[in-house]
Amino acid sequence: MLEIKNLKVAVGGKEILKGINLKVNAGEVHAVMGPNGSGKSTLAQVLAGHPTFQVIEGEVTYEGRNLLEMMPEDRAKEGVFMAFQYPVEIPGVSNAYFLRSAYNEIRRHKGEEELDAMEFLKLLRQKMKLMNTDESLINRPVNEGFSGGEKKKNEIFQMAVLEPKLAILDETDSGLDIDALKVVAAGVNNLRRPERATVLITHYQRILNYITPDFVHVLVDGRIARSGGRELALELEERGYDWVREKETVSAGA
Amino acid sequence: MNVGLSIPTLTAPEKAHYVADFELFNKNGATAAPAWVRQLRRQAFDRFAEMNFPTMKDEEWKYTSVAPVVKLPFRLASKYPGGALSKTEIETHFFGQPGWPRLVFVNGIFSTELSSISGLPKGVLVKCLEEALKENPEWVEPYLGKYARLNDSIFTALGTAFLGEGAFVYLPAGTILEKPVHLLFVSTTEKEVTVAHPRILVVAGAGSRGAIIENYIGRSAQPYFSNVVTEIVVGEKASLEHYKLQREDEHSFHIAATEVYQRDKSTYSGFTLDAGAQLGRNTHRVVLDGSEVECHLNGLYIASGKQHIDNHTAIDHRCPNGKSFEVYKGIVDGRARAVYNGKVLVRQAAQKTDSKQTNKNLILSDLATVDTKPQLEIFADDVKCTHGATVGQLDENAIFYLTARGINRQNAARLLTFGFANDVINRVKLEPVRAELEAELLARLETGSHTK
Repeated sequence: MLEIKNLKVAVGGKEILKGINLKVNAGEVHAVMGPNGSGKSTLAQVLAGHPTFQVIEGEVTYEGRNLLEMMPEDRAKEGVFMAFQYPVEIPGVSNAYFLRSAYNEIRRHKGEEELDAMEFLKLLRQKMKLMNTDESLINRPVNEGFSGGEKKKNEIFQMAVLEPKLAILDETDSGLDIDALKVVAAGVNNLRRPERATVLITHYQRILNYITPDFVHVLVDGRIARSGGRELALELEERGYDWVREKETVSAGA
Repeated sequence: MNVGLSIPTLTAPEKAHYVADFELFNKNGATAAPAWVRQLRRQAFDRFAEMNFPTMKDEEWKYTSVAPVVKLPFRLASKYPGGALSKTEIETHFFGQPGWPRLVFVNGIFSTELSSISGLPKGVLVKCLEEALKENPEWVEPYLGKYARLNDSIFTALGTAFLGEGAFVYLPAGTILEKPVHLLFVSTTEKEVTVAHPRILVVAGAGSRGAIIENYIGRSAQPYFSNVVTEIVVGEKASLEHYKLQREDEHSFHIAATEVYQRDKSTYSGFTLDAGAQLGRNTHRVVLDGSEVECHLNGLYIASGKQHIDNHTAIDHRCPNGKSFEVYKGIVDGRARAVYNGKVLVRQAAQKTDSKQTNKNLILSDLATVDTKPQLEIFADDVKCTHGATVGQLDENAIFYLTARGINRQNAARLLTFGFANDVINRVKLEPVRAELEAELLARLETGSHTK
């Protein structure tokens, strides 16, 4: 579904990603872990198409297409969804209006009929039930005055409504209390399907107690230093990122 | 040299057409008015003759040039009938509420045929001002011309000189208006460059409640000038909503003075929309001359192309325990220019005043300009006052957020712009009016050029 080859990315002339290789197949959940400043969020933002980041080298293929050539909205219409680390507040625009606009853009793209306000409200209600979301959320302006946890839950709620093929979660678990974390994890698990994939970017092992990844990758200084299965996350939890860093230095020096 | 000495100010060429029309106006029909009205007009005309049109050297007109208004030889609209308006056409301006009592004016002239004031509560007067001056002068005289002072501006003096056409709304003590009163001014001038001087007087008696809509619409072939003077008195414990909607033709000029006077424990909620006119200027003054008075001033201005929109507001706290809340927002695109000047004066007696003033501007083009100046003058020591102004562009992070959900850049910009304006539009309590303004804003954002 997604193949990243030797991806190098800079921000303001500073190289952040220094050659990432990653292959994600449909049905898989990949956890990308790493210390602060390792480039995790840059990876997420580049995949979503944030204009601040300059791709210096490498390629990203999504469903056989060159993802890097696609506009952010076209990526979204083709099923790429990033849950933002810092969701943006949109005063004056209700969640329902915003989500219906997004939902209908995607429907139109697929050649499907758009939903009117009533039909869409029905769909929202179903998803709210599924996600255990508070009804008042849909009429509030997007993220405005939301707590940190509410914003993150709203991202997952949007994901549930838009049903992406490839979900990229950019530190969605950061700063969440245990209840919010469970809601987020349930949202991700609900969307687990053979035809979908998830890239879960996280600093902490904690969320992996609720979402079992198929693969774990450790990002250090713009490169994937190690890849492995679920056990790698547990090992990291025990030994810390320094352990990977040291190994990296040793292998680089060898 | 005695030629040059005779009536020097009156011969000023930019005033000649006003002088000519004033003579005609005085001879023809206007004589029917009571003596005090005729005297007021004469006084006003003399003031007009003495005063000069403002230039950008005047502090109150620093960013707004009235040169185009001064230059054009506007003739009195009532002497030059414009295009006729059919009932079907006029109905499209009723917010889908034909049952709301309304006075309709076409090119400044009251239209009995298009107006309808059935179903008003007992004792409530809604009538054209000329009629009120004939039939109920004792209700009008204590108020008319008492709040819009001739020395305030040459335009107020000019409007008062031609005082006649306009509306009088009187709510006796304790009455409750269930339906808003709609004052609709439509301009349809065809051949001549004309001016109308609508004059509005609203008196809300003690404990009364109601809503007034002042609505200016244009579909005219020629430039025209609406020179509006509105006086509003809100009696003790009365509560009045006032909507002033300016959607004039793009080649028109709209200069309006709104003077509001509030008594003890009254509430005034003003909402101003400026969407039309090539030059629009509002001077909106509210005097809180009673204790525990509440005042809300909200405004939205949308300027594109070469429009110039200027809002001057002034809130004068004179007594203790007053509250005033003001939010003005502007969307400025193209080569348009918007001016906001908001004064809040808290006099020494106005202890425990609670005042908050905000002006926010969204600039959608590199060539658009905004000049904003919030001013706070406080002479009381126990008050809570805040004010602030911002001028900004669309937030790129927000645009990215929306595009990352599948919404293209243009629609994302529209959605954000709509959201920016929406919280002010939401302060419109009359649902049909709010729905129309929302729909118009969305339509305008769809057709406008909002590229950077």
